[in-house]
Amino acid sequence: MSSSRSAVLDKIKSSLKSEASDQTRREAVAARIKKHDRNLIPNRTAGLDKGGLVDLLETKLKAVDCSVQRLDTLDDVPAAVAEFLKNQNLPATIRQAPHSSLTSLPWSEKAPMVEVSEGRSYGDDLNSLTACHAAVAETGTLMLESGPEGPTTLNFLPDNHIVVLRESQVIGTYEEGWDSLREKRGPADMPRALNMITGPSRTGDIEQTIFLGAHGPRSLHVLIVKD
Amino acid sequence: METQAQEFKSNAVEALANQPLQSAMGKMKKGFTEKRRIAAEGLEEFEQLRDQARDIKNHTLDHLDLYLEAFEEKVKENGGHVHWCADGEEARQTILKICRDLDARTVTKGKSMITEEIELNDFLEKNDVEPVETDLGEYIIQLRGEKPSHIIAPAVHLNQDQVEEDFRRVHTHLPEDRNLVEPRSLVNEARQVLRQRYIDADVGITGANFLIAETGSSVIVTNEGNGDLTQTLPKAHIVVASLEKVVPTLEDASTILRVLARSATGQEFSAYTTFSTGPKRADDPDGPEEYHVVLLDNGRSSMLGTEFQEMLRCIRCGACMNHCPVYHAVGGHAYGSTYVGPMGVVLTPALAGIEETGVLPNASTFCGRCEAVCPMRIPLPKMMRHWREKEFEKHLSPAATRYGIGFWAFFAKRPKLYRWFVSTNLALLKLWGKGDNIRFFPFKDGWTKHRDLPVPEGKSFQQLWKEKQKGAKS
Repeated sequence: MSSSRSAVLDKIKSSLKSEASDQTRREAVAARIKKHDRNLIPNRTAGLDKGGLVDLLETKLKAVDCSVQRLDTLDDVPAAVAEFLKNQNLPATIRQAPHSSLTSLPWSEKAPMVEVSEGRSYGDDLNSLTACHAAVAETGTLMLESGPEGPTTLNFLPDNHIVVLRESQVIGTYEEGWDSLREKRGPADMPRALNMITGPSRTGDIEQTIFLGAHGPRSLHVLIVKD
Repeated sequence: METQAQEFKSNAVEALANQPLQSAMGKMKKGFTEKRRIAAEGLEEFEQLRDQARDIKNHTLDHLDLYLEAFEEKVKENGGHVHWCADGEEARQTILKICRDLDARTVTKGKSMITEEIELNDFLEKNDVEPVETDLGEYIIQLRGEKPSHIIAPAVHLNQDQVEEDFRRVHTHLPEDRNLVEPRSLVNEARQVLRQRYIDADVGITGANFLIAETGSSVIVTNEGNGDLTQTLPKAHIVVASLEKVVPTLEDASTILRVLARSATGQEFSAYTTFSTGPKRADDPDGPEEYHVVLLDNGRSSMLGTEFQEMLRCIRCGACMNHCPVYHAVGGHAYGSTYVGPMGVVLTPALAGIEETGVLPNASTFCGRCEAVCPMRIPLPKMMRHWREKEFEKHLSPAATRYGIGFWAFFAKRPKLYRWFVSTNLALLKLWGKGDNIRFFPFKDGWTKHRDLPVPEGKSFQQLWKEKQKGAKS
């Protein structure tokens, strides 16, 4: 342990000159972390039913330059991917996440022309297909969890990123996303990386003109599948 | 922290005459303010969220020692390391040691103001570790050997043709006759050049927008995706963060995130907000094998409990400089410091000492726009006044200023004399002026060289006030 740890902490304490007792302060901090109360939640998604949330999500995704397609079943995913690649004049290849919802997709039956491989990216994949933890309607934000079923590299290295989600994964706010993550993993347990993705990569660093595809994906295509 | 703040005045004069700079600044001043206004109006709770964001940070700062301890505990639980560093030198040595232990030759870097503050790049270079900036703006200024001129848009002082020149000068492996007329082609070229650098780098260094005490996560908020490639691909991820970045919970971070992007770029949410928690897990297919957090004090703990504590609420959105008429006029480099604009002129004296930086808090017209747009409601003009007082008390202000204030105080303490002096001067100014404007005035050409001084209307404020009071009574 470095020697500066206690020096820095002591300096903070002496500067703060807090009148509260050490125990009161400790209790306040422990309670706040444990309770993780929500602060003010914007009204934007209040009262929306599932259909309303999905509609808002689609609007918000499009506002941040995503393309969106709605599908009836997961079995429609391969054809939708093939169509997207064709429309964008992209090679018919896809690197997909080893996610339980994707591993049994009927590629050979529905889209035999697409060359499918699975696993993380090493930088030479043009197109990727991943699942996500949730999609936040409030701002069109996708929450992607790293792990054996979710390689982070698939979210950033390929030029085109396709995300599949179920309507039941559409939520109103970020806070709902944290709660469902806690429920899934246990309290205060985060995946190594939790990516909140809102549209494709962009930059405004040259004269404030926005260009897509600075370093991450140039396009983000979202497939919303009915439950 | 070293600064060249003393040169602000001469820098400002040069900046005003710098045509390419003026052209770039002309473009920036409208864009950011308009986008921020639309984003703020687009969220009905925006003002209440600003109040809550302020309260969250106030609570956290009052318990800063404990939240940092809680954060540290969770980082360790997740297999990461926390390095407490009192100053820039300790942070630089810590980072170098991590790089050396991994035999690192190159490090990629996400955009981070804190590594600018500790001048990490120069230090790494001198120690044979090559730092590669990957944010497009940072990459451009690294090629030029410049410092960022804005905390979120580091190359905002440049025009497209200047960037093209730099790319042609440095990217000599690419065909000379390539077309770079479209800015799009510059973005593509940077993407192509940097791609392999991410993959080859041994270490990735990022800053942090937040540290989460609840989970031990560091958070970066970006748009390009370079920060994520930087922290995902190398063997080790080093997060450099100052003490005040910590917030209690994911919920607290979410609230502040709602005001951050809207205030910064006018986006509802930035493209990539990533929560990183520890190194690669046993069954993870990717991610860094080591995760280090370098926690830097560098003078911040001394700001707690003082009139400058509120400055530690700053989330580095840049809204204050985006709305500052002084910043618009002279750009960021004129300040001669890492942090520029209103937040910079308050923070820099706290980190580097008022002795060397006393001119900075004077770089304001006190128009108040910075405080009006600050998502964390930091009373920036009030703190600039505190610094000016300290500067005066320490006898640091220039002689002319001190005599001027003394002269004014002499009259201000003698109301009758003051009124006589003002009314005589008004009459004299009226005689001096020709028509409506004064084009020249002895010793005041600092003003009249650039604009006319309107001839006084005839009555002083006090006279008008007296008349108004009389009128109201009758």
